[in-house]
Amino acid sequence: MAATAAITTTSSPSLVDTLFQRSLDDVIRALRSSPSSASEETVISRALDEIRREIRSPDLDTKSVSLQKLTYLSSLHHLDLSWAAFHALELLPSPSLPHARIGYLAASLSFHPSSTELLPLATHQLRKHFAPSPANPPALAASALHLLALASSPDLGRHLASDLLPLLSSQSAASSSLRAKAVATALRTLAVCPDVAPVLFKPLVDCLSSSDPRTVSAAVGAFCELALAAPDPFPYLPLAPEFYRLLVDSRNNWVLIKVLKIFARLAPLEPRLASRILDPICQLLRRSHAKSLVFECIRTILSSLTDHEEAVRLAVDKVKEFLSSDDDPNLRYLGLRALSMLESAHPWVVEESREAVIKSLSDPDTNIRVESLHLIVGMLCESNVVEICNLLNKYAMKSDPEFANEIIGAMLVTCGKNLYELILDFDWYVALLGEMVRNPHCAKGEEIERQLVDIGLRVRDARPELVRVARDLLIDPALLGNPFLFRVLSASAWVSGEYVEFSRNPVELVEALLQPRINLLPSLIRAVYIQSVFKVMSFCFISFIEQIQAVELLSVGGSTQRSEKNDEQSDTVPLKTTESNVSEGDHGDTTADTVLLLDLIDKKTNFTRESISDLMNLIETAVAPLSECEEVEVQERARNVLGLLFTLRETQFWNIEAAHELKSDKELSEIIELLEAAFSEELGPVSANAQKRVSVPEGLNLNANLSDLSKILTDYDLTPSASISFSLQSYNPQETKEDSVLAVEPSSLLAEHRKRHGLYYLSTQRDGDELNDYPRANEPLLPVDHGDATEDLVKLTTPSLVPRKSKPTKPRPVVIRLDEGDGTSTSHLTTVKKSDNLLSEAIRGVLLENESQPSLSGKLDTSSKRRENDASDNSELISQQIESVTLEHGNSSSRKSRQHRTHKERYESHFKNEDIEKSSRHSIKSSRQHRRHKHRQRGDVTADIVPQTPAIQDFLL
Amino acid sequence: MIHFVLLLSRQGKVRLTKWYSPYSQKERTKVIHELSGLILARAPKLCNFVEWRGYKVVYRRYASLYFCMCIDADDNELEILEIIHHFVEILDRYFGSVCELDLIFNFHKAYYVLDEILIAGELQESSKKTVARLITAQLVETALMFNL
Repeated sequence: MAATAAITTTSSPSLVDTLFQRSLDDVIRALRSSPSSASEETVISRALDEIRREIRSPDLDTKSVSLQKLTYLSSLHHLDLSWAAFHALELLPSPSLPHARIGYLAASLSFHPSSTELLPLATHQLRKHFAPSPANPPALAASALHLLALASSPDLGRHLASDLLPLLSSQSAASSSLRAKAVATALRTLAVCPDVAPVLFKPLVDCLSSSDPRTVSAAVGAFCELALAAPDPFPYLPLAPEFYRLLVDSRNNWVLIKVLKIFARLAPLEPRLASRILDPICQLLRRSHAKSLVFECIRTILSSLTDHEEAVRLAVDKVKEFLSSDDDPNLRYLGLRALSMLESAHPWVVEESREAVIKSLSDPDTNIRVESLHLIVGMLCESNVVEICNLLNKYAMKSDPEFANEIIGAMLVTCGKNLYELILDFDWYVALLGEMVRNPHCAKGEEIERQLVDIGLRVRDARPELVRVARDLLIDPALLGNPFLFRVLSASAWVSGEYVEFSRNPVELVEALLQPRINLLPSLIRAVYIQSVFKVMSFCFISFIEQIQAVELLSVGGSTQRSEKNDEQSDTVPLKTTESNVSEGDHGDTTADTVLLLDLIDKKTNFTRESISDLMNLIETAVAPLSECEEVEVQERARNVLGLLFTLRETQFWNIEAAHELKSDKELSEIIELLEAAFSEELGPVSANAQKRVSVPEGLNLNANLSDLSKILTDYDLTPSASISFSLQSYNPQETKEDSVLAVEPSSLLAEHRKRHGLYYLSTQRDGDELNDYPRANEPLLPVDHGDATEDLVKLTTPSLVPRKSKPTKPRPVVIRLDEGDGTSTSHLTTVKKSDNLLSEAIRGVLLENESQPSLSGKLDTSSKRRENDASDNSELISQQIESVTLEHGNSSSRKSRQHRTHKERYESHFKNEDIEKSSRHSIKSSRQHRRHKHRQRGDVTADIVPQTPAIQDFLL
Repeated sequence: MIHFVLLLSRQGKVRLTKWYSPYSQKERTKVIHELSGLILARAPKLCNFVEWRGYKVVYRRYASLYFCMCIDADDNELEILEIIHHFVEILDRYFGSVCELDLIFNFHKAYYVLDEILIAGELQESSKKTVARLITAQLVETALMFNL
């Protein structure tokens, strides 16, 4: 179009450069012929230099071409366009349509409400282009609308709202596309500037009943957007009859989808509405072939109509169809999404589709696998957690790395929730953690580390198993190769040091902790290792000495003096201390069968003098080099260990030559006692509020100079966040490197290409509604044995996936109940609470004011009819209604009276339609009784909401 | 609502962008970078939805181009797929068997077509014929005024 070269009239430096302006096509060609990204950069920067020069030209042709080039570069090559915003505005008033359109295009691509201060300059121009005149072709007004829609700021919206009115209310067929655009623009304006609602809302409502399908479609879209965005959709309830009409009459799927979305929002507010729309929705669900519409029906039922068993049943059947559509991954994915909506309210649904869910675990598509994993994990409860987690863990072993970590992460999160509330058997769980680590792809080291240590601190009974698992992990040489698992190793080292008393073979632990390959570990973790060696070593000594003392004690037999001592102390002092006290008496004789006795005393920790001295040698050899280590943490701890070692060596105990003479030594005992005291205190989890419980010493005024801070600090939440960050998806941003051929190919190649990749081309005679025809799914990416694994999983989980009712601790999400009384009370509670929303406030104002008048007349009619039927029952209600209506009427200001008349007519005609629809009176009778009942309740609860309800009522019935 | 529309080539080159929610230039570049990594890496014949930053991106590949639209979490994915298809069909009708080069050399026209279908992130028109007619009329009008 404007891509022709225009001769510049500017006088600029170089003659060749300036005589002919390069067109957009020239720039694009130059860009495409540049071989590398570096040369592309130079082309761009050269073009940019030209643009900067040309855009200042007084000639509009030159200016527009250069702006077009800039727009191209900015939208496709990420250049900043904001500096040229003023030049875009300069083009708007041009009498030439192409110039103005280029200006609008540039402006709509670059402007956004917060970034530009220039927009107020455009106000007048926009207004001029909105005005219906022959000088303004529709294309211009459309562009102007587009710009306003994208860039409207509160100020601009306020200024231009009234200019949208003629466009919104125009009836001519020629301007129907403009009207639809104006609707969308009005929606945006309303969103940024709620105080224009009194001006724009009424015309928008009128568009709903327009005869032009475009306008209706746009209006429904706008209301859908408004109702979804509103924190409280209550103000839109009076429009329900209009939407109902569309739901029943419209044949346009896209309109129906939007209407369903609106009803999904409105239905929970009004139980009668729910029962009213149920029938049409179920019909759509049965009848429609468009999957998008079917899915929207399902979603509406599952989100807002869950109390209607029959509808839910129907929806679930459709969901099952989705799940079983083998050739369409989209439907399978959406089916799983739909199931997860029902997970909490109707667990039986998930139970019913268990097989499909578990099969999806081996789907080639990650999204589907993740969804099914979530469903499975969501079904975990105390009784099935063991089986399902075992199976999932096995499954993770065979999965690809990314999904394996999804599985492991999901298990960790679910099992660790609320301090492991699902776990009954901690031995099993600790073993499971150990197995997770064995997964070669495991990258959840941090969380496993946290849980291992946490369980050690919190669950006393799990410690023996924990130490066993930790030992296995420490010994496994394969784990040292995976950097993600270093943290787990650190936890294992800590656990085995801290709870070494449960270890079967401490010497083996020391060997594992000091194996040469720990050099691979980062220094901080090596420091933990060495500290554990320290603990294990002191434990070995303590037990060794205790053994000796016990032997001595046994061998001496019943000396009266000692037994008295024993009697004195055994009540209060633990056995160990007694023994060491006893050993202070110098009893030198040892029996020949010491070893035998030792075995009897303590089978687990059977130390001989040789084994201890071997241990010491081992430690010395391995740790000594580390005392020269450059890492301070490692060096310091290594020196601690060596220090202890040498101190122990220096005692006389080791100088005794005879191998069999195991004798306690006073010096040694003292050291051991000290060590024991140092490590005997048990570490436990620290509550986040522990600090508060520490009593303040007397005379210390902590708040002396801090009283001002208290205000700030009250808001600060001190509770610990136990949340575990768990990303649902992490993708490898790997780009497929295969074919980098551009679209310029000979036609034969192209044809062949099309044959191969026919999937991505529009078929020649296919219709638009065959959108959901996808070719058969690929072979699974995963190994073949996956099928078997899945089958196993299906088989094995059959008995274990019991409904989640048995899970008491899981809180049910709040489901809005649709019983009358209950539902309404929640609805007006939210109304009161959330009334601060500006837009819905404004809209409610507009709607309710408008409708107070017609509802008055309508109500008196119906209520008088009703009085004939059951006068005594109703008298109270009617008086209430009249009261409320007059009250509301009194509130309305004089401005509205003009509007009332037109609206009254519209709504009255609407009543007629409604009357025709209400051929079946039976159902209505029953619901009328409901209403009566509800009204009494309402009157009791709150007086201030009464004015709103009568206005809505009459439209609904 | 639709937050933005992206057209990416298989090599990750941007062919068209339209932003209906305010994003700064820097954010736009980042979004494109993230999404092209996410979407181009997906194997064929997987589902056409990607969850991204709490939104959903619905994409579909036609020839060498990926058409992507970002929507809210509670929007209807299948509807968006239909809209994408609708858009492609109108482009096809308008350019006559559209190819990537058409969009490269007529980028402003592609924008005009898109503007006829979506305004402010809302769907505008559901009839292909009407849209094609409108766009042709507009461009004829433009050409006349431009004296071509």
